[in-house]
Amino acid sequence: MPEPAITVEALVKDFGDVHAIRGIDFTVPEGEMFGFLGPNGAGKSTTIKILCTLADPTAGSARVAGFDVVAQRALVRRSIGLVFQEPTLDTYLTGEQNLTFHGELYGVPRQVLKTRIDAVLEMVGLADRRSDKVQTYSGGMKRRLEIGRGLLHSPRVLFLDEPTIGLDPQTRASIWQYVAALRDAEDITVFVTTHYMDEAEHCDRIAIMNAGQIAVIDSPDALKSSIGKDRVQFRTEDDELAITRLRERFGLEAGMHEGSVTVGVAGGAQFIPRLFSELGVPITTVTVTRPSLDDVFMTYTGTTISDAERPKAGAR
Amino acid sequence: MSLSDQHTSQSGPRDPGNRVVAQRVELAAGGLRHEVRATTVVWRREMIRFAQDRARIFAMLLQPLLFLFVMGTGLGSVVETNAAVDFRTFLFPGVLAMSVLFMAVFAGISLVWDREFGFLREMLVAPISKAAIIIGKCLGGATSATLQACIVIALAGFVGVPYDPSLILVLLVSLFLGSMMLTSLGVVLSARIKTIQAAMPMTQMLIMPMMFLSGALFPLTNLPGWLSVLTRLNPLTYAVQPMRAAVFDHLDVSPAVRAQLDPPITWGGWEVPAVLQLGVVAAITVALIAVAVALFDRTE
Repeated sequence: MPEPAITVEALVKDFGDVHAIRGIDFTVPEGEMFGFLGPNGAGKSTTIKILCTLADPTAGSARVAGFDVVAQRALVRRSIGLVFQEPTLDTYLTGEQNLTFHGELYGVPRQVLKTRIDAVLEMVGLADRRSDKVQTYSGGMKRRLEIGRGLLHSPRVLFLDEPTIGLDPQTRASIWQYVAALRDAEDITVFVTTHYMDEAEHCDRIAIMNAGQIAVIDSPDALKSSIGKDRVQFRTEDDELAITRLRERFGLEAGMHEGSVTVGVAGGAQFIPRLFSELGVPITTVTVTRPSLDDVFMTYTGTTISDAERPKAGAR
Repeated sequence: MSLSDQHTSQSGPRDPGNRVVAQRVELAAGGLRHEVRATTVVWRREMIRFAQDRARIFAMLLQPLLFLFVMGTGLGSVVETNAAVDFRTFLFPGVLAMSVLFMAVFAGISLVWDREFGFLREMLVAPISKAAIIIGKCLGGATSATLQACIVIALAGFVGVPYDPSLILVLLVSLFLGSMMLTSLGVVLSARIKTIQAAMPMTQMLIMPMMFLSGALFPLTNLPGWLSVLTRLNPLTYAVQPMRAAVFDHLDVSPAVRAQLDPPITWGGWEVPAVLQLGVVAAITVALIAVAVALFDRTE
């Protein structure tokens, strides 16, 4: 059995008194699209930095493409492609010049560099814009160029840190389709972080990270069916009373999320008639949703991803 | 969903049937050849950016040309140069140094821009030594600055400096070494200066004293002690003086005039030869590059 693309054991990272990563373990087999999911500040970016040799772990170990991230930095760096959250293109150069720069810097052999650049431009759909300066590209095109550049030197593992942040929904969807197609074409492992729950669906497996720890790792489908509950959200004229009544009369623990009373119930559709007749608080709107990864996140961390981010956003 | 499907069918990856066959590439084994290649491509990027920025080349030339033709002509009528030498002839090597001074320091400090726009990260995470990147940057800055100074050299005839190949060669070598040093100084600064706003005043603070204390604008003759010490501590002096000596080598002037306008640099009474002066410039450059390599952090 080949060595996994990524192996992480008892990884810890402290910044002074702040415990960014509190001991995480996981492995990613070759060829997998592995999603790292969590709110901002959960430790995703720190983990990716350690795996890319850009930060040292406080304790524990990690291996990427068969190399130790501390002892074999240079070998790790040659084996990985990196796409950061923030753009790292020279916008005064053309798309092709950016790729040439990368290829020379990474030591792609001269005789294949040109054909490799052609292939990558074709793969990310920028062949016809290759001679244009990057400053004329749209946000989605820049992202695609960066992803293509990350693949130029044929890495074993491609790291994408929030690849769709700041893009409009349509562009986000197309970026994921590119990534999936590139993963198949290049036969590589993809490690991707995101805080968009819906995007995690594109991954083979996801790890949910919260407050420096991994809450759960599984495929999106397995995670959703593990919940077994539908999400019922409704608005009332007196939310506090409604929550109290839910506890007293139905034995259900509800919370306020997105301005609505939110509760997880098995068989949500059947629950609605009972809710109306027995709650005793006038209900204005109600929705029932099948479990989503948001619910998975809520179940395993006790909060929704947007709520988990809110205190931090407020503190900024 | 149909929207994004459409999007993909227009410009997305092809379906597996007619996919572009992407061949895996094997990276070269690393080592010196790879480092040289990386240095070369960093240098090449500087050249591309230089060629794109014609407006800046001329803007940066304006100041030295003003000094040479306006201040040189204006002051020439009152400055005592024994009538044997035009003041502008005297000023010429100093103005050459000035013309590379701005360009080279800015080329070095442009790493602050590279950091701001993220490209520094692309360079620093590559499997390559930091020295390869920094040397490439310095060579790029030195080449751009020297190329720009060639425009000033072309004007030599207007201020009584002969177009002698051996003179021009000495000028080019001095200018290249000098701008290499100045670019590496800019690079060292950019390791510590993190914002574009801070870069500008810092650069001015550095450029002006270096210019005034280098003997670019006045002869280092009969200076008061403190000023004389400062000019000897200024690294730029050692790039300006070899150029001035070379210019005077090609002029027909009496030893007395030369002693007044082009006095040799002395260390405790010993005349420092021009080659050693350029050696000082080269040594400072190497030291600055070493400092820059130590200061830059991979994780920025």
